[in-house]
Amino acid sequence: MQRIGVFVCWCGSNIAATVDVEAVSQALAKEPGVVHSANYQYMCSQAGQDLIRAAIKEHKLTGIVVCSCSPRMHEMTFRKTAESAGINPYMVEIANIREQCSWIHKDILTGTEKAIVLGRTAIAKVNLNAPLTAGESPVTKRALVIGGGIAGIQTALDIADAGFEVDIVEKNPTIGGKMAQLDKTFPTLDCAACILTPKMVDVAQHEKIRIFSYSEVAAVKGFVGNFDVTIKKKARYVREDVCTGCGLCTEKCPVKKVPNEFNLGMDTRRAIYIPFAQAVPKVATIDADYCNMLKNGKCGVCSKVCTAKAIDYEQKDTLIEEKYGAIVVATGFNPISMEKFDEYAYSQSKDVVTSLEFERIMNAAGPTQGKLVRPSDGKHPHTLVFVQCVGSRCANCAEKGKEYCSKICCMYTAKHAMLTRDKYPDTDVYVFYIDVRTPGKNFDEFYRRAAEEYGVHYVKGMVGKVMPEGDKLMVRASDLIANKQINIAADMVILAAAIEPDKSARSIATMLTASMDTNDFFTEAHPKLRPVESPTAGIFLSGACQGPKDIPETVAQAGAAAAKVIGLLAKDKLKGNPCVASSNELMCNGCSSCERVCPYGAISYVDKEFRGPNRTVLVRRVAQVNPAVCQGCGACTVACPSGAMDLKGFATKQIMAEVDAICK
Amino acid sequence: MQKITREILIDKAAFLLSTGVVGSVFGWRAGEFDYDVTPALFTDKTDLKNNFVFGDFCGANVSKYLIKATKNAEEKILVFLKPCDTYSFNQLLTEHRFNREKVYVVGIPCEGMADVRKIKEKAGEGILKISSTEDGVIVDTLYNGTISLKKEDILLERCKNCKSKKHVAYDELIGEDGTVLENDRFDEVAALEAMSPEERFNFWQNELSRCIRCNACRDVCPACTCEKCVFDNPESGVENKAAYNSFEEKMFHIIRAFHVAGRCTDCGECSRVCPQHIPLHLLNRKFIKDINQFYGEYQAGEEVGSRAPLVNYTKEDIEPNDAVNKGDK
Repeated sequence: MQRIGVFVCWCGSNIAATVDVEAVSQALAKEPGVVHSANYQYMCSQAGQDLIRAAIKEHKLTGIVVCSCSPRMHEMTFRKTAESAGINPYMVEIANIREQCSWIHKDILTGTEKAIVLGRTAIAKVNLNAPLTAGESPVTKRALVIGGGIAGIQTALDIADAGFEVDIVEKNPTIGGKMAQLDKTFPTLDCAACILTPKMVDVAQHEKIRIFSYSEVAAVKGFVGNFDVTIKKKARYVREDVCTGCGLCTEKCPVKKVPNEFNLGMDTRRAIYIPFAQAVPKVATIDADYCNMLKNGKCGVCSKVCTAKAIDYEQKDTLIEEKYGAIVVATGFNPISMEKFDEYAYSQSKDVVTSLEFERIMNAAGPTQGKLVRPSDGKHPHTLVFVQCVGSRCANCAEKGKEYCSKICCMYTAKHAMLTRDKYPDTDVYVFYIDVRTPGKNFDEFYRRAAEEYGVHYVKGMVGKVMPEGDKLMVRASDLIANKQINIAADMVILAAAIEPDKSARSIATMLTASMDTNDFFTEAHPKLRPVESPTAGIFLSGACQGPKDIPETVAQAGAAAAKVIGLLAKDKLKGNPCVASSNELMCNGCSSCERVCPYGAISYVDKEFRGPNRTVLVRRVAQVNPAVCQGCGACTVACPSGAMDLKGFATKQIMAEVDAICK
Repeated sequence: MQKITREILIDKAAFLLSTGVVGSVFGWRAGEFDYDVTPALFTDKTDLKNNFVFGDFCGANVSKYLIKATKNAEEKILVFLKPCDTYSFNQLLTEHRFNREKVYVVGIPCEGMADVRKIKEKAGEGILKISSTEDGVIVDTLYNGTISLKKEDILLERCKNCKSKKHVAYDELIGEDGTVLENDRFDEVAALEAMSPEERFNFWQNELSRCIRCNACRDVCPACTCEKCVFDNPESGVENKAAYNSFEEKMFHIIRAFHVAGRCTDCGECSRVCPQHIPLHLLNRKFIKDINQFYGEYQAGEEVGSRAPLVNYTKEDIEPNDAVNKGDK
């Protein structure tokens, strides 16, 4: 029989206001196995912990129940307390009477009653607890960064600068991401390329960083410190180690009408291409969908003009297996499709563009060499209408857009408006908005400059409809402050499209068993206290894959993620989780169900001899768990039909005892 | 009904025994009455000649018996498997329940097996002899004379909706192999799904409250082959011999259905052996229907080593909330 001590925490008034802590500790004192029960203002404080330690010594306790906050907050604290007093840390159970009780109940009677039930449940479990000892596993001192945008670049550089090897997997032919497509950056208006490309070069030249461009993560196995990752390197039909990036092939290729994705399809490129001048790696890639040679075996021009002999039409996708200790997700974002927003005539007129397209139009390396002209006729536009929140904050149009605020649109729209007015003072610029949101250093000053110094017409209200008429775009909108309808004959309409996580994020999350929210943004382990870690150990988050972010925020988060990775990789060994599965060989059927559901490959089978009746020996196939690989997810315990698999620390019996205690 | 006779099978068995291919034969043993047939292992040739039977009452699925039989056998065992038995056979191999090398499978065709309950219902008590005809049986009775019954009136429920005449495992076949059949075995499940929750509850309450916990369904089930069944294991927390109310009987059957989910080949033995005539196969069939709907068509036992959708994870798997929503419709 255990000798259990119960410690009820008031958490100041957090618990004590809605739970009669004295009544709880008195009621739990009567439970079987309990030899001591106390309550205290802050159990997690030094004094509170001393109380526990003293009680362990005085009452010779073998098990501890702390009725306090969520185990995610202080389970580790109390385990350490117990350990320091000579009790196995896994003899401690937390009854969560704060998040699951006092915070959600208003009535002290109900709250107290429920707190007693929760305490009783934990006591029922501790009665069946057994001491557990954690094993150790080594750490592979190399990190993987998925995504080579500014987030991935910054994370990789920071990790590599700390002396650890980093691999970047980028699905496009070059790193750089969305930032490479931008013209100027707010609030300082420095040129995006000027600040990004040095970083891209740093990455390329860093001896600790490898770039797998035009590659994807194909499979992930393993666990924190020991991930086995399969990277699919897509065939680019150009030998990366040989290509000098001279670009001759991209000039001679006869297939000229390929939509250029870097300029969002507003101009064309060749079938063999280098996305942009500062691409890293600066290596050509053949677009297999358009290349004549790959499609029908006729052409071969690029191969003929290539002096380095880098063209290889026979190249195949290759799979690379690598080991990593940590994985950083930096898969970024995309603007949403404008398909469902027909009221803005995006598909009807070329002069209705998204903000990212506008960014390319304004960029010196863009389809118009930075000259602001209408995509339809190349004429200079005089009246420009910017529409904010297209698909953002769409609470009642969730089937079209997103409920959340995309966060960056207010600022880049102010930037676009300001730049337009600065370069072309003859223009009239309107911005239609729901609210202008500018929380950020020097952000509001930036917006006010646009409105006040540059004379941008900010109109509070939404655009209802855009109708192409002749060469004009008739914009019908409401001005909520003047309370009237306005009609503007515009030359161009620019839509601030909402942003969403990259489509690849979901399959990556699945491979990593990292959780996502309903919008497919990765969820963090704690929204305030662990913002760059995924709840899955060893997986970290960087940039817009976690939520809409501007560049300063992305870079800050990228550095934070790197710091977390460095902290992990600096360790030689990781203490494992002793709550692992184990198989009762006497009951195991050897049916392989557990092996099939195990996501970690922790289960194997052996033929084992058992004593049968009448001195016979039976050989049976039974499951064995490798505790160093098992992560304690428990999938095998539910798959096992005979109940031979059980989880240490969460044994079926313990769970049943908890359920019984609740239902008593 | 059966086109194949016991003599053909006995000849085949005798030949394989005498040539040393096998050392024993698993089949069906004659009982006191024509319909009283038991799965049995034959080691002796004379015993085989006298007591081996094959006919319209050999519905029993013999694949499960191979687990025990192969354990003690030195030589190979000959087993005669009907098409539906071969699915269970494969499923047992998938679960490593016995060694394939120890078994010699002769696949035999099946014309559908007879349900003695239905015959008794129509012919009454005092059955003396039942003889097979082309499309039914002729029953000699003590009180009602000779009665001739049509095949469709006496078929086992499960045979009315036969899923396959194809053997998915064999070393040798007698006769031509058949094909997987179109069937409407899920119609009954669909009818249950169409009920209101209350109607459905009442339906199962009515059916399951008749359960006497004889465990026949479990004992016959080829998917129930655990070294120690949770219902026999006091440690499991769900074992109980004397149920204290009918709710516990429900739990027994529901837990069992969960345990065999994804592994059940829909052989229908549970319903065939139930002395209380509870349509237990409907629980399993509901699982099969859901698995097909959520994860794509899957037939347990179709091939050895196949990964059942419930224990196989793919990126295309349905999201749990989608499954719940689909289930509501």
